Amino acid sequence: MSPAVALRKLVTIICEAELESLLLPELARLGARGYTITEARGQGARGLRDGAWRASSNIRIEVLCDEQLAGDLVDMLQARFYADYGMVAFVVDAAVLRPAKF
Amino acid sequence: MSFEPVILFFMLGLLAGVVRSDLKIPGVVYEALSIFLLLAIGMKGGVELARHSLLDLALPAAVVVGVALLIPLAGFQVLRVVGRLPRADAASIAAHYGSVSVVTFAVASSYLASRSLPADGYMTVFLALLELPALLVGVFLARRGQGDVRWKALLHEVLAGKSIVLLGGGLLIGWLAGPQGIQPLDRVFFDLFKGMLAFFLLEMGLVAAGRLADLRRAGPFLLAFAIVMPICAGVLGLLTAQVLDFSIGNSVLLATLYASASYIAAPAAMRIAVPEANPALSIGASLGVTFPFNLLAGIPLYHWLATQLQGALS
Repeated sequence: MSPAVALRKLVTIICEAELESLLLPELARLGARGYTITEARGQGARGLRDGAWRASSNIRIEVLCDEQLAGDLVDMLQARFYADYGMVAFVVDAAVLRPAKF
Repeated sequence: MSFEPVILFFMLGLLAGVVRSDLKIPGVVYEALSIFLLLAIGMKGGVELARHSLLDLALPAAVVVGVALLIPLAGFQVLRVVGRLPRADAASIAAHYGSVSVVTFAVASSYLASRSLPADGYMTVFLALLELPALLVGVFLARRGQGDVRWKALLHEVLAGKSIVLLGGGLLIGWLAGPQGIQPLDRVFFDLFKGMLAFFLLEMGLVAAGRLADLRRAGPFLLAFAIVMPICAGVLGLLTAQVLDFSIGNSVLLATLYASASYIAAPAAMRIAVPEANPALSIGASLGVTFPFNLLAGIPLYHWLATQLQGALS
């Protein structure tokens, strides 16, 4: 692999759009340096989330970070949000450019 | 029986949803329409508010808000005792019914306008005031004695939420600008209002149709609650209006405010403050049943009752 890239973790959280205002402060508190949010639609355990209005909208939050923070993030999600909210989260390896940013 | 044309749009949306039409109004259009409606309703109220002294409104406002607190408290008891719902669900549904629906208010205003029944612009102030208190009562009922509450997040969600910002902001703009000052904006905000409301109701019909399935799972109790509760609350509104010596038009609007259930501010607030409550139940009842009920039958019923009541007392 090119020496310009290094391995980091990509944490993807797909959840109810209502959660944005609760989740973002948590990301900042744990030390995430950035994130990307996109609107999302889909179907799962909570039925069809068609995005027709806010109560049926989902968002997809992506955070690139090191392994330690990825672990902290999923622990926080598990402890604070998994029981009561519609949420899916997964962590994959990502080869990133400018690794010092993440 | 003649329906308001805007209500026919709602029925078209409902029908399209039920037959699973591919009609879909994009989320951004929904957002844009709701921003327009909230601002226009606020401005309209603000312009007419300029004709009244704010001090004269303080006492009726206190009575209107105080009596309205009975709605979530009574609703909670019924949901707990008769419906045997878990505490969190009962509290969340009670909060939805105690809070108000802006669009139901707009339809009631247009119902009154088409029958030449005057109503005062300051009713919009009550609309803005009635949104929050029931949500706080709901959270209190859900959390009594246990667990922590994200009060700060909740208050921020509601007070900085778009409905209060736009409704309150519109009221202020209308009030400061006055009837003459607002005239250049009339075409956009007032002349187009009914058309925008029709679009919005088409969308709400589609969304409401999607909520009916949720409610079918919830069973007959919640269905009955979603019809009986607004009628009882509407009657409470009419009685309160009598005490305050309101005109027929204002009485119908107050009854509609008490009878309506929130489906925009309340779901968002309850998701944050009472997350263990099942949103399918509260939104299914408020949007799937109570909203259509109020549009199709409730508003004419409150009008009829207001006329009867005024006739009986005079």
